[in-house]
Amino acid sequence: MNEPAQPKLRVATTSLAGCFGCHTSFLDIDERLLELLKHIEFDRSPLTDIKHCGPCDIGIIEGGVCNAENVHVLREFRANCKILIAIGACAINGGLPAQRNHLSLAEVLEEVYHAQHGLVDGFIPNDPELPLPLDKVHPLHEVVKIDYFIPGCPPSADAIWKVLTDLLDGREPELGHDLIHYD
Amino acid sequence: MINTFTLDGMSIPFSEGQTIIQAAMAAGVYIPHLCFNPQFKPHGSCKLCTVKVNGRQSSSCTHQALSGMVVESNTTQINDERRMLLQMLFVEGNHFCPSCEKSGNCQLQATAYELHMMSPHFDQFFPDRAVDASHPEYLLDFNRCILCSLCVRASRDVDSKNVFALSGRGIKSRLIVNAKSGLLADTDFCGDDKAANVCPVGVILKKRIGFAVPIGQRSFDEQPISASPHPVMKEV
Amino acid sequence: MVCQINTHAAYLDPILIRHRPSDLLQILILAQDHYGYIHSDAIDHISAALKLPRSKIEGVAGFYSFLHLQPPGAYRVLFSDNITDRMSGSVALMESMCSQLWVEPGKLSEDNLLSIDTTSCTGMCDQGPAMLVNGLAINRLTQDRANAICELIREQVPVSAWPAVFFSIEDNIQRRDILLDSHFQSGSSLAALLLRGTDETLQQIKASLLRGRGGAGFSSGAKWELCRQAAGDARFVVCNADEGEPGTFKDRVLLNNFADMVFEGMTLCARIIGAKKGFLYLRGEYRYLLNHLQAVLQRRRQQGLLGNDILGHADFNFDIDIHLGAGAYICGEESALIESLEGKRGTPRNRPPFPVTHGYLNMPTVVNNVETFAAASLIALNGGAWYAGIGTGASSGTKILSVSGDCDCPGIYEYPYGVTVAQVLDDCGARDTQAVQISGPSGVCIAPDEFGRRIAFEDIPTAGSFMVFDKTRDMFEVARNFVHFFKHESCGFCTPCRVGTSLLSNMMDKLANGYGSPYDFAEIEKLNALLQSTSHCGLGHSACNPVLETIAKFRPAYDTRLAHKDFVPSFDLDRALSQARQMTGRNDTGAHLERSQD
Ligand SMILES: Cc1cc2nc3c(=O)[nH]c(=O)nc-3n(C[C@H](O)[C@H](O)[C@H](O)COP(=O)(O)O)c2cc1C
Ligand code: SF4
Ligand code: SF4
Ligand code: SF4
Ligand code: FES
Repeated sequence: MNEPAQPKLRVATTSLAGCFGCHTSFLDIDERLLELLKHIEFDRSPLTDIKHCGPCDIGIIEGGVCNAENVHVLREFRANCKILIAIGACAINGGLPAQRNHLSLAEVLEEVYHAQHGLVDGFIPNDPELPLPLDKVHPLHEVVKIDYFIPGCPPSADAIWKVLTDLLDGREPELGHDLIHYD
Repeated sequence: MINTFTLDGMSIPFSEGQTIIQAAMAAGVYIPHLCFNPQFKPHGSCKLCTVKVNGRQSSSCTHQALSGMVVESNTTQINDERRMLLQMLFVEGNHFCPSCEKSGNCQLQATAYELHMMSPHFDQFFPDRAVDASHPEYLLDFNRCILCSLCVRASRDVDSKNVFALSGRGIKSRLIVNAKSGLLADTDFCGDDKAANVCPVGVILKKRIGFAVPIGQRSFDEQPISASPHPVMKEV
Repeated sequence: MVCQINTHAAYLDPILIRHRPSDLLQILILAQDHYGYIHSDAIDHISAALKLPRSKIEGVAGFYSFLHLQPPGAYRVLFSDNITDRMSGSVALMESMCSQLWVEPGKLSEDNLLSIDTTSCTGMCDQGPAMLVNGLAINRLTQDRANAICELIREQVPVSAWPAVFFSIEDNIQRRDILLDSHFQSGSSLAALLLRGTDETLQQIKASLLRGRGGAGFSSGAKWELCRQAAGDARFVVCNADEGEPGTFKDRVLLNNFADMVFEGMTLCARIIGAKKGFLYLRGEYRYLLNHLQAVLQRRRQQGLLGNDILGHADFNFDIDIHLGAGAYICGEESALIESLEGKRGTPRNRPPFPVTHGYLNMPTVVNNVETFAAASLIALNGGAWYAGIGTGASSGTKILSVSGDCDCPGIYEYPYGVTVAQVLDDCGARDTQAVQISGPSGVCIAPDEFGRRIAFEDIPTAGSFMVFDKTRDMFEVARNFVHFFKHESCGFCTPCRVGTSLLSNMMDKLANGYGSPYDFAEIEKLNALLQSTSHCGLGHSACNPVLETIAKFRPAYDTRLAHKDFVPSFDLDRALSQARQMTGRNDTGAHLERSQD
């Protein structure tokens, strides 16, 4: 990582059906973030105010795909990022949101908006501003091609650091025993 | 004269009747495996222990060691295949490790770490499987069953109870228990059974002790499974 | 409750008294025959009587497609789902019956009266579309016949009172050679054996160079000799009449017309290896042959050709039991067959040891195909040299082919080994042939430039299936049908085949649904390699063959399926929103997703 003369890599990040836990873990790389910022700059990300992803070198996505908007964002990332990384359990296998997959969407919506205690005359919101849910929650790689995966719930800051620095240095990312975990 | 065979270039001694994996383990060499457990009759179903014997693929847990055979195990090709088998097991069931009490002590998970499985790769099957919480002390979460039949063998061969059996066929294969109601509570299962403590994954779980060992100190946090394939589990 | 158990005891006890615990599968089949399904209380009773755990009984019952633990309806209609049935219109007929009878495929009707589903090839490909109704075969289905069946079901006419013509089954023997034309006299081979002596007869079998007709082609003489030499307190002869390979039906015709020859071959083998007991494992789909075969066995006992003191020889005792299968192709694999004979789930064993040393009840056992035993009878009669002189160098004698698909005269054809594919096509009246699938889904797919190749172990070995496809057929759909067959028939024991056959089916469906790209192609090839190298038995090893073969030879059928340049999901994202659209009543643009943008 010692050739700052090179142009900075553009990195975009987003959270789909996720909890921002992976982003939090990303920030946990602490002072190394400053080192990293010598080599990368952020495009669309919760860390910036950019609303749409432009051409990027690396896209990092946490969370699975559970609604129409997730699909749009994911496709935007795939179209613009040379390398797309799925980060965290939800992005990789659907995670907690996918626990609804053995129920039909109708059952889920009925339960949430009609049957639940305390809801009087509940109706299912139909505002066109709201993204419609998909019948199942999907891991990212079932919807677009994903290049790399960083497992963990969330992955440790060290694991994220390792993958990014491997990529910056042009190495195949590899996590050793202490860095790979699914929980 | 000592009998030996070659495993990835190492000379492995063995005694008459030993399988390749038994001899390898005795010599301290790890061959990935899931349905094999040294305490039980080998089964040969998970295929994680696949090796090449004189150039031909075979299951090392059932293949008898023979003098002079040349065995390859830790090769890129075989490890790639093993990783695919793991991915198959992950998509076949519902494995959400973050909410699994077995996480950190799970042989499936630890083997997947060992083989650098970064994602399940295939489309998830998301099967609809039940949880059996009928028993006062034990829980069965079938979502994680990999059909290794270790509990079947333990219950039948050690406990002489036949609490567990496999039913169904093909992708519809499933674990059943020995009760008309289909519920564990109505079997003669008890916590002292061998079968209560053999599941390599998080199906057969003692209630109310989940997550007792902190992250970082669980069996496979400390050492990779290759260093200690069958550690004494710390959850009990 | 008590009364319930007694109900079951009344029909179970007479069954139980005639069987041993190792006959569990046969007991379950008989119990279901009587009660319509295997009732939970019946399992209690069997469990207590045989001292078998309930979990084991349920485990066995759950393995076999034809056994039911829940009421399946008074009428169980199963459409044979081989590609040849589909080619002759089975899909439309099934849809028509489902809509006429208001039932969803695979589900019990609301009035619990019937169910309509598919089953793997029933071995009637020369007279399809075929179905099983309550286990009995009905062939040559037409719309008229389907309508009539709907009417009979609606009127609740018992199947035993349905028109007999529905159940007629043809032999369609189109070409006879030494075996089918032999005018075999029962007892003649045994007489020759006794005259020549056991050792010398074994020498003749070896000299004949007879090789197994069930697929693998192992030397039959060598197998018998190995079994004879193996240590064991008892030995067994097993005839493999599971004939499950789609497109194969020659064993059915042999058993219907030449049962004596088959049983006599088994008896010869018994004499040579020293067995007192034999089994014929008959696939459940052929159970209509059971009475006929029992009658032949009975007659042979009366003729002194079975039982004690065969042909007056005090030390020659041998008898044959018939065991039924219950809808599991894997039970054709010899070690799975033996497990099934022992009343277990039909899971292939770890091999070695092989059945010749550790077979039925762990005793030395010869397993041979129906046709192999019939050929052995001929050899005992006419000598090994005679037989070895027919056919080719590495393949002596004749082979019986089951010809089906796009040809004028489907049926049974017997040829000396070495016949070319072109000759067979010519004889059966095939025109504009695009491909021939030889030896079933696990076999090879032959393109026109290979029609000069020969049916022989040294070129194209086959268990007998010969399915013809003319130029109008879509070879991708052929392969997809076969892949679904393997998925349905995987026993589920080993990971690669259990999960891999499902993955492969899903991928072929993805291509069929228009979501294919070169990515999926690469995935299929990776799966192929894995299944071939890590599967536990031949089923998994060959499950990818249909895809490999058709990719290699009929690539254009796939290219049209690779609609996309790059990966797209295997499902329709817009359709995945349809439930939500319905629940919210929305239909604005935001309520839709366009297909992937490539
Ligand atoms: C999946 C599978 C299915 C098989 N099905 C049959 C069958 O239906 N009939 C048969 O004779 N052999 C079948 N075989 C071959 C048998 O395992 C065995 O080799 C054969 O019965 C031996 O008899 P032979 O030597 O006379 O051919 C099958 C093998 C496999 C792997
Ligand atoms: S059983 Fe193992 S792999 Fe499955 S969810 Fe639990 S920890 Fe993860
Ligand atoms: S419950 Fe556990 S031990 Fe039993 S078959 Fe399933 S994975 Fe194996
Ligand atoms: S390859 Fe298939 S059929 Fe054979 S043992 Fe494995 S799962 Fe069963
Ligand atoms: S460990 Fe050998 S097949 Fe499972």
